[in-house]
Order: sequence, then C-alpha cells, then structure tokens
Amino acid sequence: MSTELIFVQLVNGIQYGLLLFLIASGLTLVFGVMGILNLAHGSMYMVGAYLVWYFVSITGSFTLSALLSAVIALGLGILIERVLIQRLYNRNHLDQVLLTIGMIFVFNSLQSILWGNDPYGVAVPDTLGGSVPFTDNSSYPIYRIFAALICIAIAAALYFVVSKTRLGMLIRAGESNREMVEALGVNIKSLYTIVFAIGVMLAAVSGIIAAPMRSIVPGMGESVLITCFVVVVIGGMGSIKGAFVGALLVGVISTFAAVLMPSMSNMIIYIFMILVLLVKPQGLFAK
Amino acid sequence: MSRIKTLAGAVLATTLTAGLSTTTVAAAGETVKVGLMLPFSGIYAQLGEAGRDGLKLALKEHAEQLHGTKIEYIELDTEAKPSRAPELASSLLNQHEADFVIGPVHSGVAMGMIKMLRGKDTIMIIPNAGSAAATGPLCSPNVFRTSFSSWQPSYPMGKVALEKGYKKVYAISWNYGMGRESLDAFAESFEAGGGEIVEKVLLPFPSTNFQSHVSDIADENPDAVFTFFAGGGAIKFVKDYDAMGLRGKIPLLGSGFLTEGTLQAQGEAAEGVMTGLHYAEQLDVPKNQAFREAFNTEYGHYPDIYAVQGYDAGQAIANTIGELNGDISDKKAVISTMEKLTIDSPRGEFTFSRAHNPIQNIYLREVKDGVNVVQSVAAAALEDPARGCKL
Repeated sequence: MSTELIFVQLVNGIQYGLLLFLIASGLTLVFGVMGILNLAHGSMYMVGAYLVWYFVSITGSFTLSALLSAVIALGLGILIERVLIQRLYNRNHLDQVLLTIGMIFVFNSLQSILWGNDPYGVAVPDTLGGSVPFTDNSSYPIYRIFAALICIAIAAALYFVVSKTRLGMLIRAGESNREMVEALGVNIKSLYTIVFAIGVMLAAVSGIIAAPMRSIVPGMGESVLITCFVVVVIGGMGSIKGAFVGALLVGVISTFAAVLMPSMSNMIIYIFMILVLLVKPQGLFAK
Repeated sequence: MSRIKTLAGAVLATTLTAGLSTTTVAAAGETVKVGLMLPFSGIYAQLGEAGRDGLKLALKEHAEQLHGTKIEYIELDTEAKPSRAPELASSLLNQHEADFVIGPVHSGVAMGMIKMLRGKDTIMIIPNAGSAAATGPLCSPNVFRTSFSSWQPSYPMGKVALEKGYKKVYAISWNYGMGRESLDAFAESFEAGGGEIVEKVLLPFPSTNFQSHVSDIADENPDAVFTFFAGGGAIKFVKDYDAMGLRGKIPLLGSGFLTEGTLQAQGEAAEGVMTGLHYAEQLDVPKNQAFREAFNTEYGHYPDIYAVQGYDAGQAIANTIGELNGDISDKKAVISTMEKLTIDSPRGEFTFSRAHNPIQNIYLREVKDGVNVVQSVAAAALEDPARGCKL
C-alpha cells in the first residue's frame, strides 16, 4: 500500500468515524443520563434520512428539508419520551429492550406504509456539489468534507453544552444522583424529556447528513444500530468522550480492514471490541 | 448483540406467521392452485410485489386459454429468509396441494424450496433467484425458471470489455452466491480472450462501506471496473464511485442489476454505466410496449424487470393449461408441454433450455439521461451452460 493510499484511507476512515460518532452520541447520551437503552435509536437515523428525502422531493431545497426534518425529529423525540419512555424509568433494562424493539417494528412498518420499499437517494445540494482534486486519479467530494465539519461542530457543541452550561451541569448532576437533583428543586422530568429529544434529534441529524452519501433503504436503521453499539461499548456506555474516540477507532479500523482483508472486514471491529473489553471490561472511558 | 437479534427475529417471525394471507378466488369446476412464495415484507418486498402483480396480470390476460379453470392463489410471505423456505414450501406442497409454486426472489430461499419440491408433482417456477445451482446441480424436471441464471448477464460482459479494449479489470462484489457467480462468469469470457483481472474483491454481504474500495480502485487505476451489486448497495456503490471522481475516468461495467430500479436514486452518478441484462424497460419489442401499457392500466405504474419475470411465469402457466385443454392432472404431460413452450415475453421470445432456464438475448445497455439505453445485443439466444445438471 503506497503512502498516498494510506493517507487517502485515513481520511476516509476519519470521515466515516465522525459520522458514526454523531449517531452514537445520542445513544450514549440517553443511556448515560437516563439509563435508557434505546434500541430504536437506529430507527431515528432512518426517520431522519427518509424525512429529508421526502421533503427534498417536495421542496427541492436540501437546507430547508434538513431543518424541517430536524425539527420534526425533535418533536417526535418529545412525543416518544412523554408517551412511552417515561413509563420505563423504574423498570429494568429488559422491559426497555422490549419496548424499544417494538418501536423498531412500528417505525419499519410506518416507513413501508408511508414511503414504500423502493430504494431512494438524495442528490447532493448544488452549493456543495463539486469536489477538490485529491490524488492523481481521484478527487474528494466537497459534501463529504462539509459533513465531516458538521460532525466536528456538533461534537464541539455537545462538549460545550455538557461541560460549560447550566443544562450540562444539570445533566451531569442527574447522571450521578437523580434524587439529590430533584430534592434541590430541579424538574428532572422535563430535563429527561429534553435529553431524550436531543438524543433522537442527533440520530435523525446523522440520517439527514448521511442521506446524500448513502442509499435510503428499508432496514438501514438496524445495520447502523449494531455498529453504533460497538462504538458505544468500546468507548464505555454513557461516555460522550468514549463515543468520540470509539467512533474514530471503529471508522479507521474498519476502513483499513476493508481494503487489507475484505473477506474479514465485517468481523474486525467485533474482534477489536472483544480485545478492548478484555483489557478494559467497561470500555475505554467508562465512569 | 446476537441475543437481541435472535429476540428481534423471534418477534418478527411470530407477527408475520400470524399475518399469512390466503387469497381465494371463488372456486367453481376445475381449480388450479397457484402458490406464491415471495417476499412481501423486508428489503425485497417491492420485488415480490412486482412479481406477483406481473403473474396475476398474465393469468388475467390469458383467461380464455384457461378453459374455464379457476385460479386459486395462495400467497405466503418468505420475508426473503432462507430459514423459512422449507416450512413454507412444505405447506404449499402438503397442506394446500398446490399445482404450481411461484418463487422465490432470493437465491438462499430458492435452495430451501428446491430441496422440498425437487422431483415432486408440483411445478416450481422461479421468477427471479438467479442461483446457478437451481438449473445446475439441483436441476429437476419439475423446476423451471423464467428469469435468468447468474451466469447469463455477466458472461457476455467479458467479451464487451475486450471489444472496448480494456485489458486490466478490477472486479468487486459481495461474497455470496450471486456475487461470486457473476464475477466468475465475467472472468470466464474475459480471461479466455486475454484479459486480466488485476484485483478481485469480495465484500461480506450486505456491507455497503465502499469508500475505501473506491479509493483503492483509484490507486490501482485499472482500464475498467466490473461489478455486481443490487438494490441499496448498487445505489451506494455508483454514488461513491462518482463522488470520488472516478466516473468518466475509469469505465464502470456491471451485471444489469446495478442499474435496475435504482437509476432515479443514483441520479447523474449512473450516467455512462454499462451493464448486461436480459431486459431493458425501453426495449424495442412490440410485446414490451403492449405489456408496459397493460401493466400501467392495471396497477397505475410502469413495470420493472421483476414484473416481467413474474408475467412470464404466468404466461408459462396459462400457455401450458391452454395446450392441455385445461387438464393438468397428468404432471408428465404438464412438464413436457412446458418444456416445448415459446414464451412471448416483453424481453423478446424465449424458450427453455434442457435445464429449464430461459435461452434468451442479453442486451448491452448504457445509462443515458437516466435511462438504460440498449446499445446492442451482447449475446443472442444465450444458453446457460447448466454445469452439473443431469437432465
């Protein structure tokens, strides 16, 4: 493998890893703060992708569609938390798994009823259309660079909110001692609603950003969910920093594995996960 | 994670078994039972629906050939899951005593069905699954196919590549039956003519993380790329190929499924992609135009290749019943009649080979303005070699 190709693949891996982080961050945030294992997280990714496809096909504007889809996802998050998730806080993880698996089926059926089973694609918005020369033979699409920058921006925003703002302080406090936060007069109920809705929106935004790069097909949520769990388990359940490092590792490793040993490439990230767990059973950045 | 998957699978299986639908047409006089084993849910649902709609249209159009026999449809959803195939096939065989079984879409499901139906009196007609084994080592007097063998669309493309002057080709697909067989068929004619496969990559199915491979192709700089991908994978591959700036630099060739039902989603990225297939929507055959309009009148949208293949399965049934004047009790007569049929297909007329696979033209198509435009007949009346078939 030439040095040039190694560099190209590294860029590919980081770009993939950043997208993985965006998806996984919502999952780990909801688990870390609320202790809820949301298996329907992948469905929210799917919902984001389908929504943006649907709105682009009507309005023709990607920016408008992306904003509309993100807002709808936020609303959907609030609705799901208020109607369903709220009943599960005092139950065990198995009940949460049952409910959220059920939600996967509901969302898959809704997708099939509303939008059919044809595969769809979203065109890259015109302003981000071109590509920059990269190597002799290939060029790098501007949209992918843009997507990577958006992921970095959201990661930074997330870090800022969690560590520097009052909301973040409450989130961190709620994580370590729920009763105490409540006793201090904080409305933990609405705090949880906000956190869950943000988690849903992060998944949907990942779907929106991924839509022009990926194909929009039934079942796209489940495949991404499993990779997401690998990321979160490697990073440590509940840790945002862990999700970031885990996502980049998984992105880069799976990219190189795909080229160096294609037939085993799907296995490599699981083997890597096992190795990490052998050394650090709680993941890299567990609390 | 596997526990979660098993759990999910179990839940899904229970819900769907409960929902099996049986459509019965009022039976009067002779009734012919047609069992459908197609995916009506899951990722191949749209293919299953298209095949069913095509089949029903053919039997409706050919009503006068049926000599007053009534058709009773039994529709079972395979979900494109191989593990469900033996159970469903057995229920069509023993419980419903179906005369014809139409299915499946997915090659894995085909294997399970064939094991159950091989050598039985029930006639099985495959309206899609291209697995070589079905009309190869596992061929059987009662198993017919109205679609293609995996070998057929890819084999002529080796010759096409050589004619275009490509000497070094990068081959990439999924590591499963259809993927491996497609690449092998291409290599067979390409290497025989002096071409060289510089790299052959088989990815785990259904992985769509193609970007690193597209970078690898750019680095390798072959004369052309040959590929088999379908559905969502086909969209992703063609888009990634374009996004990395390879379109227009390194020609992309493929088995026709790369650009079937995916062109709208692929958009401009698919322009110039060359593929081989036994059909093209704009194919200039009178029967094709008539079929497309009839299908649109019936269902409100234009048909795709999967509908064509289902339609031809329906035509095979109707023509056989017609030739036998409505009496299909002698299964030997049914088989020998069906073997001799010439099907007036929207893809052009075809007959069945000794292994019961269509002998058909493979067209070279190139995507222009979002349409698969037929360039030439890449191979006329191409017969699958049916390796391993003892018929």
